[in-house]
Amino acid sequence: MEKEMLVLSRLSEKFSSLDTSKAAVSLRRIFLHVPSGIFMDVLRFAQEALDFYHLCTITGLDTGTEYEFIYHISNHDGIVLNLKLFAPREDSVIASILPIYPGATFYELELQGLLGVKVEGLPEGRQYPLPDNWPKDQHPLRKDWVPDTAVKER
Amino acid sequence: MGKFVVPLGPQHPALEEPESFSLLLEGERVAAAAIAIGYNHRGMEKAAESRTYMQNVYLLERICGICSHAHSTCYVQTVETLAGVEIPRRAQYIRILIGELERIHSHLLWLGIAGHEIGFMTLFMYAWKDREIVMDILEMLTGNRVNYGMNTLGGVRRDILPEHRQKIEEALDILEERVKYYKNVVLEEQTVVMRLSGVGKLSKDEALRLGAVGPVLRSCGVASDIRRDDPYGVFADLDFKVITDDHADVFGRTVVRVLELLESCKIIRQVLQEMPDGPLSVRVPNRIPAGEAISRVEAPRGADIHYTRSNGTDKPERVKVRAPTLANMPTITQMIEGGYLADVPIIIAAIDPCFSCTDRMIRVKDSSSGKEDLYDWDGLRKFSIDWYAKQGVDLKAIRAGRREV
Repeated sequence: MEKEMLVLSRLSEKFSSLDTSKAAVSLRRIFLHVPSGIFMDVLRFAQEALDFYHLCTITGLDTGTEYEFIYHISNHDGIVLNLKLFAPREDSVIASILPIYPGATFYELELQGLLGVKVEGLPEGRQYPLPDNWPKDQHPLRKDWVPDTAVKER
Repeated sequence: MGKFVVPLGPQHPALEEPESFSLLLEGERVAAAAIAIGYNHRGMEKAAESRTYMQNVYLLERICGICSHAHSTCYVQTVETLAGVEIPRRAQYIRILIGELERIHSHLLWLGIAGHEIGFMTLFMYAWKDREIVMDILEMLTGNRVNYGMNTLGGVRRDILPEHRQKIEEALDILEERVKYYKNVVLEEQTVVMRLSGVGKLSKDEALRLGAVGPVLRSCGVASDIRRDDPYGVFADLDFKVITDDHADVFGRTVVRVLELLESCKIIRQVLQEMPDGPLSVRVPNRIPAGEAISRVEAPRGADIHYTRSNGTDKPERVKVRAPTLANMPTITQMIEGGYLADVPIIIAAIDPCFSCTDRMIRVKDSSSGKEDLYDWDGLRKFSIDWYAKQGVDLKAIRAGRREV
């Protein structure tokens, strides 16, 4: 796993506040927690200097106490670098990564619609993937959200 | 010059999910295009959280009718990683066999659709007839034409018998010969070359910048294929070429898919030859230890991605899916803008979205007079074919060689 370790060492050289010792590394997979203050810089560095040209997708999770966002990016060696960003559950705002990965629009719209987090810098427009008439305060991927169509006793 | 806004969709045959385009026309050229998708959101990621890992194999296989095996393979790989199990080698070969048969069926389906959209009905009829050969093989192996139910946690559910092997090889002999014929049709039939060349241009830089995947990216000269870059199963041991092309247009996308058909046949022959004997599956516990895993599979349309997080119970904490069509969506506006309205059907079809919608409606609105016309998809397709016939590109005039098979 030389290539994976090289990615980590390049990241820790560049960003002293990044704790790469806790990264979970396996063959062609790296999971790394990135502090929110340097997140955009790390993402830009990974794209420009480490060849992570492709944004696979963004996963949004509700851990119950906070939101977790995983930005999955990949390079030509087939390595998927999974950068994790945490945000508080109340009035959560994260920055859009469109200036770095212009193909991110639908992934960020998903975070906005399904988790109800505000993505700053995302152009106004139709919501995705929920329908236009979906109530604005209903966000299905939150753990406390239960569908009213859930199977009930007849 | 008057500007027209043409809403295309949302009930639209060019995508498995209904979707809607707003096309701003200047004369016959598309000045700007906007996409709206999400009409067919089924809440599967949320539903997966309340089902067991095994139930989710069946749920997630139904994300897509065409690349169902790609989705279920991608999902079971994440769960097997989390459980720390390695599946038997024979099962790995069988998964790849079904995956490549699925790619052949998907690419032949696409070739027929492409022929249909440009008015080359002979190609449509031929490609779909030949597709039945591979559909019969899939039905023989799995019992189904789609949603094969072949994958299970820890391996596969059905074996490949010696008599199956013989039938698959006979089918491959016919398919390879037919695909070579299509290769000639696509590369040498001048009307096809003229019709598809320069249509739906997407530069290599734009494709990379916007995150394109699969044949769309490979037709821009980027040798990106999950089977080689991030090999799963036994792909690392198999010999195949990653097909690329430099045309970066609909013609290039056609060439890539036709040549990939031959590579898939090559992979299947190797799989049949090298498949070892052995068990089909290993046991995976119901409760999966807490952790997270991401898996990528090269579906017929490009990289499919599944992320699963487990929490120690028998149900996942979170399942995230990114199908290849979503990654290719941002490129569509780039391909359409600046081109002719008559090219819109084939450009949308050329990213190879699935075709399952029934209601087809296009409203043409004259923004200066407020006058509205209604076209259905067939109407726009006919307009497109007639428009090109007037320019001298008439695919109805092609006389195809007699079919030998």
